[in-house]
Amino acid sequence: MVKISNLTKKFGSHISLDNINCEFKKNDSIALMGANGAGKTTLIRSILGYYHPDSGEVLINGYSPIKDRTKVLENISFVPQLPPPIKLSIDELINYVSTSSGVDKELILNYANEMQLDLKSNMSKSFFKLSGGMKQKLLIAISLAKKSDIIIYDEPTANLDPKARDDFYRLLKQNEQDKVLLFVTHRLEEVQELVNRQIYMDLGKVVSDERV
Amino acid sequence: MKNLSLIAYLDLKESIRARWFLIYSLVFGGLIALFFIAGVTESQVMGFSGLSRLLLMYIQITIVILPIFILITTVRSISGDRDNHILEYMLSFPISLKQYYWGKVIGRFITVYLPVFFAMLIAIIYGATIGADIPWSIFFLYTGLLFSLSSAFLGIAFFVSSFVKSSEVALGIAFFVWIFMLAFLDIALISLMLSQRFNEELIIFIALANPMEIFRVAAISLFDPELTVMGPVAFYILDTMSQIVFVLLSIGYPLVLGLLFAYGGFRIFKKKDLV
Repeated sequence: MVKISNLTKKFGSHISLDNINCEFKKNDSIALMGANGAGKTTLIRSILGYYHPDSGEVLINGYSPIKDRTKVLENISFVPQLPPPIKLSIDELINYVSTSSGVDKELILNYANEMQLDLKSNMSKSFFKLSGGMKQKLLIAISLAKKSDIIIYDEPTANLDPKARDDFYRLLKQNEQDKVLLFVTHRLEEVQELVNRQIYMDLGKVVSDERV
Repeated sequence: MKNLSLIAYLDLKESIRARWFLIYSLVFGGLIALFFIAGVTESQVMGFSGLSRLLLMYIQITIVILPIFILITTVRSISGDRDNHILEYMLSFPISLKQYYWGKVIGRFITVYLPVFFAMLIAIIYGATIGADIPWSIFFLYTGLLFSLSSAFLGIAFFVSSFVKSSEVALGIAFFVWIFMLAFLDIALISLMLSQRFNEELIIFIALANPMEIFRVAAISLFDPELTVMGPVAFYILDTMSQIVFVLLSIGYPLVLGLLFAYGGFRIFKKKDLV
């Protein structure tokens, strides 16, 4: 599904990704780890097509995320580490997701409900006025409702309480089949039960890639 | 197409809720109200009277404040979203960069143009109810001029927004663009060129390249070209060019300029790293 070949990305003289080669296939559930500045975020941003590589390429199901971004992003769900301060109301945000990606609004509400997030009474509220945990739950609900083949989570449980984490893992277990799950994390123990592959990065390189 | 209108619609809704939009609308609506309260329509100075005088005063103040309002509120449109990671999330959905960028441009254009237009429309409607003569030719000219001036500065703002790294820098550049066009081209550069005895056609060309200057001259072009309030550049232009050609130029040129800048911004937005 995801093929990364000889990928190098520099910011000025700093090499953020140094000739990365790896492949993520169906049913791979990966914990992507490494110290700050190891290149984890640059790698996922390259998969999402945000960065133009200095050399090498990323292909998602054979398509470039830069040249064919809409085709590629139809199959990717992404939840960032910190929910951005989006000024849209929840209703508008759901409308954005639903119109752009063809996601069923009811499905978002259902997943939100499963995450113990009552959306119906908060629909007119601005997204950025929700608490950190509520924002994260909504973004997780959207990511699951999108039914993508590739799901990328950047520290998804950072704002969640223990109960919400359990709900999140339970929902992921139910939805992991035939997908690529990519977790950027510093705490392996939190996703250990979900992952079957661990990748460590350091100084822009993949230093270990193990199946577990 | 549905994504383009979605982005425009959401940007419009977001802008309307913002505090700056309230202030922006109050400033232009308040100006018109103030003119009526101050009895501008009842006074007569140098041949301008009634609603014509009110509209002329409105447009002369608008020349100064509209560009800076548009620049400051728009220049952070993309750079601000990039700064606070909104772009990173919103662009993780299958929306093309073309739809996202031009949707933002359309949404923001409606936001900045409608208040200045409606303020003028309210003046016309109120003027009609109190029995004043409606200067339709001036109203239509100003509607076109405001449209093209808004386009020019919106295009420049999106151009700046597409390449700056942070909102602070974007604001700094916006302020510089405004002060450069408002003061430097008119006062400093042209005075210098006049004192250095540069070719007058070159001076006029530089003056006309400035959308604020062309707007200022066009705004008074329907009045008597002998009026001394126009200044030498306006007098020269109106004496050299036919009125209709100049009016078309004054609407067409800023519009094309705005589109070119907006397109340049889009090219940069597409070629650069998104976050």
